[in-house]
Amino acid sequence: MSDKKYWQSFGELNNAEGFKKLAQNEFQEDLPTDEQGWLDAKAPRRDFLKYLGFTTAAASLAASCEAPVQKAIPFANQPENLVPGVAKYYATTYVQDGDVLPIIAKVRDGRPIKIEGNKLCNYTKGGTSARAQASVLDLYDSFRLPHPKRKVSEGRFEEIPTYAQVDKLIGDELAKIGTAPVVFLSTTITSPTTKQIISEFLAKYPGSRHVQADADSYSGMLLANEASFGRRAIPSYHFENAKVIVSLGADFLGTWLNPVEFASQWVVNRKIDEAKPAMSKHYQFESYLTQTGSNADERFTHRPSETGAVAMAILSALGGAVSVPNISDAKLKAGIAKVAADLKANGGLVISGSNDVNVQSIVNAINNQIGAYGKSINWSETLNIRQGIDKDLVDLVSQMNAGQVGALFIYGANPAYTFYNAAGFKEGMKKVRLAVSFNSKLDETTELCHFAVPAPHYLESWGDTEPKSGYISFIQPTINPVFKTRPYQTSLMKWSGNTNDYDSFFKTYWEVKLGKQAFNKALQDGVLENGQSALPGISQSLTDTIGIATVTPSLGAGAFNSANTSAAASGLATNKQSGKYEIVLYQTVAVNNTASGANPWLLELPDPVTKATWDNYAMIPLAKANEMGLFVGKDSKYEYFPSKPVLRFTYNNQELDLPVLVIPGMNANTIAIAVGYGRSNNIGVGLDKIGKNVNQLAIFNGTTIDFHNPGITVSENKVGEYKIAQTQIHNSYENRTEVVKETTMATFLKNPKQFKEEREHLHSTYAPQTGDYRTEGTLYPDYPYPGPKWGMAIDMNSCMGCNACVVACHSENNVPVVGKKEVMRYHDMHWLRIDRYFVSKEDNPDDLQAVVFQPMLCQHCDNAPCENVCPVAATMHSSEGINQMIYNRCIGTRYCANNCPYKVRRFNWADYMGADSFDDNQRQVLEAVVLNMNDDLTRMVLNPDVTVRSRGVMEKCSFCVQRTQEAKLTAKKENRQLKDNDVASACQSACPTNAITFGNVNDKESAISKVRADNQLRTFYVIEQIHTLPNVTYLAKIRNTDQIITTDDLEAHAIDDAPAAVH
Amino acid sequence: MLPCKPIIKRISLFLFTLVALFLTTDIAAQDGKVLYQTNCQICHSLDKNLTGPALRGFLERGPWGDREELYKWVHNPAAYLATSDYASQLKNQYGTIMQAFPQLTNEEIDAIAEYVATAPPPGGTPTGGPVPEGAPDNSNRNSIFFGILSLILAVIALILMQVNSNLKKLSDDKENIRRPDPVPFYRNKIYIAMFAMVFFVVGGYYLAKGAIKLGRDKGYMPEQPIYYSHKVHAGINQISCLYCHGSAMESKHAAIPSVNTCMNCHKAISSYEKGPQLYTEDGREVDGTAEIAKLYKYAGFDPARPNDWDPAKAKPVEWIKIHNLPDHVYFNHSQHVKAGNVQCQTCHGPIQDMDVVSQFSELSMGWCVNCHRETKVNFYNEGDSTGNKFYSIYEKFHNDLASGKMDSVTVSDIGGTECQKCHY
Repeated sequence: MSDKKYWQSFGELNNAEGFKKLAQNEFQEDLPTDEQGWLDAKAPRRDFLKYLGFTTAAASLAASCEAPVQKAIPFANQPENLVPGVAKYYATTYVQDGDVLPIIAKVRDGRPIKIEGNKLCNYTKGGTSARAQASVLDLYDSFRLPHPKRKVSEGRFEEIPTYAQVDKLIGDELAKIGTAPVVFLSTTITSPTTKQIISEFLAKYPGSRHVQADADSYSGMLLANEASFGRRAIPSYHFENAKVIVSLGADFLGTWLNPVEFASQWVVNRKIDEAKPAMSKHYQFESYLTQTGSNADERFTHRPSETGAVAMAILSALGGAVSVPNISDAKLKAGIAKVAADLKANGGLVISGSNDVNVQSIVNAINNQIGAYGKSINWSETLNIRQGIDKDLVDLVSQMNAGQVGALFIYGANPAYTFYNAAGFKEGMKKVRLAVSFNSKLDETTELCHFAVPAPHYLESWGDTEPKSGYISFIQPTINPVFKTRPYQTSLMKWSGNTNDYDSFFKTYWEVKLGKQAFNKALQDGVLENGQSALPGISQSLTDTIGIATVTPSLGAGAFNSANTSAAASGLATNKQSGKYEIVLYQTVAVNNTASGANPWLLELPDPVTKATWDNYAMIPLAKANEMGLFVGKDSKYEYFPSKPVLRFTYNNQELDLPVLVIPGMNANTIAIAVGYGRSNNIGVGLDKIGKNVNQLAIFNGTTIDFHNPGITVSENKVGEYKIAQTQIHNSYENRTEVVKETTMATFLKNPKQFKEEREHLHSTYAPQTGDYRTEGTLYPDYPYPGPKWGMAIDMNSCMGCNACVVACHSENNVPVVGKKEVMRYHDMHWLRIDRYFVSKEDNPDDLQAVVFQPMLCQHCDNAPCENVCPVAATMHSSEGINQMIYNRCIGTRYCANNCPYKVRRFNWADYMGADSFDDNQRQVLEAVVLNMNDDLTRMVLNPDVTVRSRGVMEKCSFCVQRTQEAKLTAKKENRQLKDNDVASACQSACPTNAITFGNVNDKESAISKVRADNQLRTFYVIEQIHTLPNVTYLAKIRNTDQIITTDDLEAHAIDDAPAAVH
Repeated sequence: MLPCKPIIKRISLFLFTLVALFLTTDIAAQDGKVLYQTNCQICHSLDKNLTGPALRGFLERGPWGDREELYKWVHNPAAYLATSDYASQLKNQYGTIMQAFPQLTNEEIDAIAEYVATAPPPGGTPTGGPVPEGAPDNSNRNSIFFGILSLILAVIALILMQVNSNLKKLSDDKENIRRPDPVPFYRNKIYIAMFAMVFFVVGGYYLAKGAIKLGRDKGYMPEQPIYYSHKVHAGINQISCLYCHGSAMESKHAAIPSVNTCMNCHKAISSYEKGPQLYTEDGREVDGTAEIAKLYKYAGFDPARPNDWDPAKAKPVEWIKIHNLPDHVYFNHSQHVKAGNVQCQTCHGPIQDMDVVSQFSELSMGWCVNCHRETKVNFYNEGDSTGNKFYSIYEKFHNDLASGKMDSVTVSDIGGTECQKCHY
């Protein structure tokens, strides 16, 4: 028996009968017939003839109709520098509830269609996130408020025709509230100009204030830093400077603070130079399996309530003057000792995802102890993207309930949905005399307000942000406002008696500050990183440093004050309560508590760990699953069918039913549930049917909100069943296990040639005469590739499963959204998926050794099995090495998908995009959310260079052929040779960790050639022995542990066992 | 059961004849015609003097009887001009000198000359005798011949079958074998089956032929909101195509000009006076000045008060798109016009002679692919620094060209006929 096994599902791990059967079945769905089947049906022949007659008649009718008259309508006045059909790129900034990401918007004929990262930004280096990639779809959301509205009665709003009327109505209301305080409630605002406008607005109304509240609160950190450093701020982190990274439950690659920046730093020391292999060491202590934890070298689990104890134990092991808490779990205890020793020896960085002030204070003490300040933590630059203090909102709500708030202006925040005490907030809203929301949709909070004055989407706005002090990022509009919206800043200015508008205020502000030319340059670049902070208040000490010309100032250590450490320690010692199961609330990489919760691209994005879409659920540990008897007899229906058992959670006499997913590597007493689901139907189609809102399970501990709750009763057994659409076991490699290659650092150092030897063994077996596996290993001829030949290399050490590439592919290639029902039927359409493999010993799946993420896309095989089986030659190879899929030739036999060993082909089972001749002929089949993607507004997001596929055709990754074609054409037009950086595939440019390299492999100087040449020890092809000759190479994953994998790898056996490489 | 077998034989014979009949369609498109259309038709007509003289009978004129002279002229007219009085005379007459066609081989020039000499005169001509309208299509005559032949054979077969059955009946009567009464031919299942088969084959042929034509609109000539004459603008007034359709050099679209582009000139030109009388396709006279007035209406321009014009109030003209490609085709104008140096007229026809624009080319895939197969790629030539440097990526072809293994590289050679060059 092998030391380790890669598995995607428990069935695969246990080699269960059901799983085997499933694996043999390519299309795992029965024909939709009655139980007795086609032939026994009452009148099958007549029905058949009826259908045949109707479809023939319909087809001929549709085809023979006169071609419609198409119009070509030019501009009345063509704007200068605008060429129809040529994309323009504008630097702007993605802003969503505090999250800030400098981006480039691709604008085609006046409409933004794609988001790219801004490579001029020094801290993201052009990386993006799934949410930023998907944000362009929010722009075309038909659920946005189209114009300002006022509430006429409960639940009924009517349009206010002009903004003059809006100003008059609200001016009148404001005059009436007298001296009662005015509160501006928002998520974190990092815009210097906006902050100025808000303070000017509030100055008009004595006693008023600005409350910032973040749904994903970092109050604990802010307050702990205030105690430790005298500054209520978050410093900058530098993961690239840490040899040892210890995360106490912080999902810093997925959702914690600024994951795109952190991922790009983290990956610096995760990429391997084969000449001298070295890596940083990443430890993760956590309660459930996070995306970051999946990427850790070593992982230890604990109860959520033990976070403080773990932090204290580390501090004490490092020599801190705190008492050693009692930790019973031996593995955890050993882990703490190991981590402490490692930190002591190598220094590093410790972070914590906890929102508890005391935990964060201890973490500060640890970082001080290991000398992280000034090295991997920089106090010269603060991270400004979270400034909300929970207590402020709690106080506001009680003030509201006491009737002490005159007017409430809300931007971004949505406490009626996200606040732990939403009921209290809703009650309080009734007592506020004037409530105005600037939110773009009629969300849970806006529907309680008297006025809705929608603000434009960021892609329609002017603005500025300062996510890190000294790093300014500008927002410029990329489209004329789609709806009758007005920037909320303009509204605030009007209502404080300023006749100016925000756009000109913003321009004047920066033109005065920078000068006209420098401002224009800054707008063009999108970022201004000269070390000068413009943000008032947040970083007073930084204002002195204005004048620093470079962008890499020396890292500030700050002045650490240890006074609060012991108080924090005693606080933690007393604050210890635990039930049998503790609930943790978390965010997924896709959906969070904001407007993106209604974004179909994100809702359909499989979670990196659970691979579930369209729902939230309870992640339960194996222990609980066994208690419920889910895996009795090592074979159960749990995995093969979408129906999952539902557990009942009882808290404060309220019941909440949620389906469960069994996840290995969870703490045995922890259940994790994602926030951001169970939304109002006013912000998207059918959202109330998708998941449940669990924000109210959080608890307020008097200072901050804790996102874990030990006081919840969990039902013993299932109380029902609920279907979850998981993409986990949709495809199978039919027991070919050498799909992923992974090993430990120690094993790699001991035998660096391990992977290479496996390949050499294969080559010498199947090409004994020449050693040239390519030509000798097959009966087919070898074709020349005279021009460019496109290839891709994916570094599995860098890929951390963030899914930005998947959404980028969605957006670039017009990949349809299919809806939950269709995902359940295995009809998901993602061209690029990220396969997740658990690595464990076969007999102990809960003891996860690693999780491997493998982006899987069309491998563009040079000897492609799909190509020879197509009866109509709708898929064939190009002279540039691209496996071409020709939609208009495809007749939908699906032989190709059947014959594809990588299972990357996707079939259009229905008319997901409304591309057929008949309007909405899928109305009975598809869900409303899919049809909603077909309306005229939403279709504006489509890439006009890529065909919208109709029903009945196969599709798959095209290597972004529209981009390679465009790059070649540009070179031709400029009469020059093709340069390596002319082409980037959508997935490549979205990746924050540069895991994907794409380019011309015939060019020896190209990045892709260099990656392959420099990493020969780790390069492998997925299931190379079947001689498909893929154009995608992978670099084997190495995790940095001392464990030596002794037994022969599964791969070696598998190669011998595999059938000869003939087709 | 006995008589069945010969009948099957006969039916299959009949079917073979039918199939043979349908297979004898056009043997091959004449090379000369294609070459003439792609190269010459832009400036020449067979029977009308356009930018260049009418070509019919040109071999009898000037020095062109000598093919060597002709080759020289076509390959380099500028050089030839100095050596020939006839050529200078032509230049004086037409104002311009012919474009050079160095890429045409002697054989190709011969083919063009051959085509011009044999091309049918327009309409039915009095001299040519009873030639059917259009091209003298041999295959057509073949079809008629085979058709008549198979019809005769079919009739003979029917008669024979009838005779056979009558004889059989007679012999049966003689031998006193009772057989069921003969059924009339319209209820005879054999005949019905034969008829059905013929119907399916013939019907299927025409259905397929018709289906191929679906969505092809060669000659599509819709009536536009404004009678805009390309002949007046591009032909008579020599306005460059790119003045209005400039984006053809940069973009996939050769966009239609905006109203303000029209108004650049028409602010000053408010009446149509000097040009020839304009006619619509059905022969109605068109008042050019009134058409300009239509433009003014769109532009919101009052010629009496030109200084009060506010371009921002203009409304776009809703032109009707003539050249429509299916949605699954990616076509890029700049690829052809800028990178490929293709003349507008190659696809759009003699647009400078069209008052009303119609779709000149088939715009079918076969038409595209044909051109991709024939067009030579402009490889970079270090000797005279001509050609496009991009193609240096095709090192193998460069070497083959240098070593003489290949004499030219076509678009097809570098992958120009692969599906995903246009379908993605």
